[in-house]
Amino acid sequence: MTADPYAATESATTEGKVYTVTGQDWDSIVAGIAEDHDDKVVVNMGPQHPSTHGVLRLILELEGETVTEARCGIGYLHTGIEKNMEFRTWVQGVTFCTRMDYLSPFFNEMTYSLGVEGLLDISTDIPEKAQVMRVLLMELNRISSHLVCIATGGMEIGALTVMTIGFRERELVLDLFELITGLRMNHAFIRPGGVAQDMPAGALDEIRDFVALMKKRLPEYADLCNANPIFKARLVDVGHLDLAGCLALGLTGPPLRATGYGWDLRKMQPYSGYEDYDFEVCTWDTADSYGRFRIRLNEMWESLKIVEQCVERLAGLEGAPVMVADKKIAWPSQLAIGSDGMGNSLDHIKHIMGESMEGLIHHFKLVTEGFRVPAGQAYVPIESPRGELGAHVVSDGGTRPYRVHFRDPSFTNLQATSVMSEGGMVADVIVAIASIDPVMGGVDR
Amino acid sequence: MTLEPTGPDAATAPGEVIARREGMFGVHGTGDTSGYGGLSTHVELPGASTPPYGGWMDEVATALQAAAAAAGVESAVEKVVVYRGEITFFIRREDIAAVAKLLRDDVLLRFELCSGVSGVHYPDDAGRELHAVYHLLSMTHNRRIRLEVTIPDADPHVDSVCATYPTADWHERETFDFFGIIFDGHPALTRIQMPDDWPGHPQRKDYPLGGIPVEYKGATVPPPDERRSYN
Repeated sequence: MTADPYAATESATTEGKVYTVTGQDWDSIVAGIAEDHDDKVVVNMGPQHPSTHGVLRLILELEGETVTEARCGIGYLHTGIEKNMEFRTWVQGVTFCTRMDYLSPFFNEMTYSLGVEGLLDISTDIPEKAQVMRVLLMELNRISSHLVCIATGGMEIGALTVMTIGFRERELVLDLFELITGLRMNHAFIRPGGVAQDMPAGALDEIRDFVALMKKRLPEYADLCNANPIFKARLVDVGHLDLAGCLALGLTGPPLRATGYGWDLRKMQPYSGYEDYDFEVCTWDTADSYGRFRIRLNEMWESLKIVEQCVERLAGLEGAPVMVADKKIAWPSQLAIGSDGMGNSLDHIKHIMGESMEGLIHHFKLVTEGFRVPAGQAYVPIESPRGELGAHVVSDGGTRPYRVHFRDPSFTNLQATSVMSEGGMVADVIVAIASIDPVMGGVDR
Repeated sequence: MTLEPTGPDAATAPGEVIARREGMFGVHGTGDTSGYGGLSTHVELPGASTPPYGGWMDEVATALQAAAAAAGVESAVEKVVVYRGEITFFIRREDIAAVAKLLRDDVLLRFELCSGVSGVHYPDDAGRELHAVYHLLSMTHNRRIRLEVTIPDADPHVDSVCATYPTADWHERETFDFFGIIFDGHPALTRIQMPDDWPGHPQRKDYPLGGIPVEYKGATVPPPDERRSYN
């Protein structure tokens, strides 16, 4: 029999003996520790591990089951999105940044578009319907993102029903996204100047049905979790981080609000007309994983409230424009379903080919060259499901972004891993990280 | 308190020229048949503003000046740029750590939260090639400001603000990783996104994007950084 090239090997370093463990092969470690009477073990967890939320690597120093040191290794999902955006037009940039934090694509698009619109000085020209649609999509997105957080967080502590019902409901939101934008994720729908398409026929009724259904289903999560003794035993007082810790480490979003401080950019620095909606900022005062869970649950109710208000407003905005009137900025995105399932709107082709020379020039210039954005820089952060998400957009006056940097809340919040898990049990590391809700696509970009 | 622009943009000096552009479409020399070969434009960033900046911005600028004078770094602010309702303080390179501490601790300033550090590379701006950009948020006063430090490529050092804002830890590592800016005093300045043994700093303008031509239905599409450029 030939030697297995993938078999686990053991070696020694100056720091101590190295055990390579695959599968459930822990016997060698147990035996090795028993030999050396050494209680301290450094465990490398991830980047391929089902409960680290994607490709997050954790380096844990354990004494028995107590974590004495915890460090994160990131970068396994770095795709150079910021660099790539420097080689495309301003509108194409949306197609890239929507892929960063793949659980909250609309928020990525939104903060980038707000930055570009700020530099173009057209922030006040965005049509009302586009603003309402943006809010609608973002709040639906907040629900789907929180559902995944609760679902995967539940799965990691063994609450599998929470996982299955979480993904069941998220599917409903993704169906709405598909109906409105054509895609379940990576939409590139919110663009500088407005949104790509008008609401399709029947979408408002679908959203109303969804809201009615969610009002029946959201209480299921509360029934399953809120007072569940096992759930509470795993979450209460785990991953504790107080207000001072949050501010020092730059944590925003549910971890910050779980300290009782109601900081929400939708209320404090409203954008896209959030000041016109009636909703509450959800807080909790335990500063632990359980509080963050309850905040997410409550925020879904508030998002439903906002969605209802959006639907009401959209019903009165039928036929209103969804893109800024300036033809030198408004990307021609009129589409129709052709024989191959997708195609340009025949009306638009008729317009540019038969009716308007100017329309043809605008179309050609925008699609080949793109529009120019005045030189300068902007930073317009928004409240994503995970906290403050902002794009530092720099223009040199050209048709491409000179530099775009995203301040992703997952990236910043993940810095709290050490302080949340050191001194606790190794099983609580998973709960603490799940309560931060990091999305590695956003962390690594 | 609102973050909306509180008045018209303050009076600004002529912009800062950071680069020149010749021609069009990215072609130069004898191969340039575009007819735009003689075109010469310059890239100009918004210039320094003069007070009053409008609304709360004056309060911040005055308070920062007073605090800086009291701390013995009265010439820390090189210039102030107000553009599109956002205020940027250009801080002298050696004073950034001291200024960060003032901005966090002074009662009138109270910028508790650092939203991160970002880098920008202007290869043609001699002596000021690298910029480190900090976004600060005051939750007490609900205000946002931006700090910018210019760093020469020949000596890419700047003091770390980690002691004041621990959240800057990973952000500074990222800026080091992508731009090669060395943050002195950082507890462990190592690469964070790229592998530890990666050569170069990928977000710098002289670092190529990379890519290969793609064939599609008989035609060849060049990689993005070799396509026609209108900049």
